[in-house]
Amino acid sequence: MDLSLDHLTHRYGDMLVLDDVSLRIPAGEILCVIGPSGCGKSTLLRMLGGLEQPDQGQVLQGGEVPDGCLNPLTFVFQDFALLPWRTVAGNISLVLEDHGLPRAEVDQIIDDVLARTKLSDFRDALPRQLSGGMKQRVAIARALAVKPAVMLLDEPLSALDAQTRELLMEDLVSLWARQPFTAVYVTHNLAEAVRLGHQIAVLSRRPGRVREVIRIDVPLLERAPGLPELDALQSRLWHLMRDEALAADQELVHG
Amino acid sequence: MAEQSVPFRGGGFRPQTKRGVGVVVFVVLLLFIEWGTRAGWISNLTLPRPSDVGATLWDLGRSGVLWTHLGPSLTRLFVGSLLGVSAGIGIGVLIGLFSYVRAGLVPVVAAIFPIPKIALLPLFVIWFGIDEGSKYALIALGTFTPTVVATYGAVDNVDRGLIRMGQSFGLGWLSIVRKIVLPGALPGILSGLRVSLAIGIILLVAAEMLGAEYGVGAYILQAGSLYDLERLFAGVVILSALGVLTSWIIGDLEKRLLAWRS
Repeated sequence: MDLSLDHLTHRYGDMLVLDDVSLRIPAGEILCVIGPSGCGKSTLLRMLGGLEQPDQGQVLQGGEVPDGCLNPLTFVFQDFALLPWRTVAGNISLVLEDHGLPRAEVDQIIDDVLARTKLSDFRDALPRQLSGGMKQRVAIARALAVKPAVMLLDEPLSALDAQTRELLMEDLVSLWARQPFTAVYVTHNLAEAVRLGHQIAVLSRRPGRVREVIRIDVPLLERAPGLPELDALQSRLWHLMRDEALAADQELVHG
Repeated sequence: MAEQSVPFRGGGFRPQTKRGVGVVVFVVLLLFIEWGTRAGWISNLTLPRPSDVGATLWDLGRSGVLWTHLGPSLTRLFVGSLLGVSAGIGIGVLIGLFSYVRAGLVPVVAAIFPIPKIALLPLFVIWFGIDEGSKYALIALGTFTPTVVATYGAVDNVDRGLIRMGQSFGLGWLSIVRKIVLPGALPGILSGLRVSLAIGIILLVAAEMLGAEYGVGAYILQAGSLYDLERLFAGVVILSALGVLTSWIIGDLEKRLLAWRS
């Protein structure tokens, strides 16, 4: 399934946050969206997933939904959004319970996604017993459980420390390599964007406009920290964003 | 300059559980009063001897009089607070979920809350009769208001991020309420229950003082009008025990239902 944004414009009160944003997310690819803080990237993602309505323009979905897909547009949140009173398995079964699947199938899906995210030993753990990285793995497992057509990742690694982030990036790459999925990955971290994006959309500071969409041709599996091509790209992105980030930082907070 | 160890200046400001200290304070206080009443510098019109109060309690229990008073009291407390608390939780959840219900009922609840419910007892006697009905109604109304306020506050405090998560996975409205909102509000509801039940006990005694043959409140009133301090204090001890018991029951509920927290 592919998604596209058609001339999206949005305001909060009098404040224009997104201005005429058009983007296309082709099936089987990861699109990273980067931009300075407050540029409306998270708003954009929530619109993609139908959690917020744009003032003007529309979000379009096209193509077939894959077989067995229970929730085509599936989020992974920055703060994990796990229910603290449910175990790891319980958090995953939460999103399967409303579909009337037989118990055995639910168990089998849970076993499968836990194995894919290396969580099989933590089936009965409660979220408070897990580290941040593990919690985000559970959230990713939960997203995989509904066999999404498009994953919408909202700064999924921003709450984690640098080492955990590196490990989880590798996990995401290997998950994608095993079974390519379509994803929109919002981040403010340029290193994550150049590691995970087939394309990178750079948004300007508020009001968010698409400044540039850059395609990276290096296959995901061959990307590693310190690869010259990626480093060059990262510094080019930083160059693009630096002044805007500075200006965004010095703006008064509205609200 | 000679080397010195850096002085420690952290620590403190962190409550810790100290077992047994409460019991020790209690026992020391009782022994102090016992000593004072025996030595004579506390007159027996000021405070009864703790040992006499204990003996009175013992007699009460042995003669079975304790149960003729405690039985009706416990029934009244149970029925009244069950009605009040369940209505309170129900309406509190509705206020938390629906803006119209909130707009309509929050002012009503705010208007009822500060009324001393005891003032309404004569009215309730007319509405529900002098018997158990008026006592149930009084306790129910008294436990209802704090439960409503605690419940809708707890529902308001449920992490909206979790609710958005539920919506993003296509969970139905009822599933979101049942699996995310209610469990998320439970800690707040239970801590509201502590306050509600304490108010329930206060109103229980008040209602029994104003018109009851049996009940802990009636027993204390009788003792008070005869200036029988031993029996009065025996009644007070029973009430304290009732308070400790309800608080313990809620603590136990919290331990079971909120095991995911600690």
